[in-house]
Amino acid sequence: MTAALESLNIVIGGLAIEVTASDAAFIEMLSGQYGEFVDSETRAAIRLEVDLTDEPVALDADADVQVSREAGIWKLSRGDFDARYDPVRRYGTVRQSANRHSIDSVIRIIHTLTLAQEGGFLLHSASAIRNGHAFLFAGRSGAGKTTLSRHAPGDAYLLSDEVSYVRKSGGVFLAWGTPFTGELGTAGVNCSAPVEALCFLRQATENRLVTVEEPEALRLLLANVLFFANDPELVRQVFESASEFVGAVKTFYLNCTPGDRVWELIR
Amino acid sequence: MSGCYPKRPANLASRVLKGEAIIMNPADSSLFNLNETATAIWLAADGRTTLREIVEREVCPRFEVDSESALRDAEELVQALAAQSILILAEEPGDE
Repeated sequence: MTAALESLNIVIGGLAIEVTASDAAFIEMLSGQYGEFVDSETRAAIRLEVDLTDEPVALDADADVQVSREAGIWKLSRGDFDARYDPVRRYGTVRQSANRHSIDSVIRIIHTLTLAQEGGFLLHSASAIRNGHAFLFAGRSGAGKTTLSRHAPGDAYLLSDEVSYVRKSGGVFLAWGTPFTGELGTAGVNCSAPVEALCFLRQATENRLVTVEEPEALRLLLANVLFFANDPELVRQVFESASEFVGAVKTFYLNCTPGDRVWELIR
Repeated sequence: MSGCYPKRPANLASRVLKGEAIIMNPADSSLFNLNETATAIWLAADGRTTLREIVEREVCPRFEVDSESALRDAEELVQALAAQSILILAEEPGDE
C-alpha cells in the first residue's frame, strides 16, 4: 500500500511548478512557506516529484551545488539534495529530507535554467515596485539590500529582499516578486512591473544616484546574476540577456545611508 | 609575431559597449574587459589579416600613434589575450 500523493502549485514569474510528495505535512509546510505564491488555479508547466528520505543523499553533506546536463537531463545536486530534471517533459524528481530549504534551492535552479532560455535571469538583488515601475537593488551580502527593504515606504511593493526575477516579455524587461527571502524573511508580493532602473548599492555618507556606464553596468550585473549550470550555451544566453538588459534600463550606483530617506531617490 | 594572424575564437560571447568589448568565455564564465585600442584589434582579428596590417589599419590612424610602438604594444596584447584563450594566434591565414 502506498501513501496518497499530496501536491501544490508554486507560481513564480507566472510559471507554475507543481510539487508532489507523499507527506502531507511536508506539503503543508511548503504551503506556508510560499504563501501567496501557491495557486491551485494556474495550470502547472513543470512537475516535480519529491522523494522524502531520512537517508543521506550525498557522500559529502556539505558539497556545493552542481548543475550539469547529460543526455538532455539536468542533474542537480548538493549535499542535501539530489535531483533530475527533464526540460523536454518538464518533469523532475528530487530526493531530499523533509526540509524546505532543499526544494527551495531546486526550484530556484530550475527557474534559472528556464529563464536563461527565455531572456531572463535571477538576480542577487532586492527589488520593489513604486509608481508602477520596478527598481532593482543589487549588491553582495552586507551591501544594504535588507536595510533598504526594511525601510520601504508604504506605497512600495517589495518584490524581494534577496533574489529578484527578471524576464523579457513583450519587448520589455519585467521584474516579478519572488518568495526567495534573505535576512528579512518576508516573501515578496506576487506581481510584476517593467524595470525602470537597476541600482548597485554602495554604503555612503549621503544618499545619491550616480550613473553607471554600460560596460561597468554589465560587469556588475553579471557578477550578481545567479546561474549555477555548467552549460556554455545557456551561459551565452544569460550573457546576451544581461547585455540587452543594461542597454534597456537605467543603471546607477545608489550611494545610501541607513534609514528610509534613500527612498526619496527611488520614484 | 607581427606577421601572425590573430583570430577571435567562435565560442566566445561578447558585446561592445561604448567602444569597450566585454567578453565572456561561456566554458568557464570568465569575463574580460578590453579598452578601446584592444577592442579595435580584437574586432579586426579575423584570422586572415596580419597583426601588422591590423595595427596599421585600425590602430595608428584612430589613436594617432606611430606604427612601431603601436605594434610592440599590440604584440604584448595579443599574447596576453591568447594566454586567456580569447584570441588565437595562427602562423597562416585561415577562413573566417
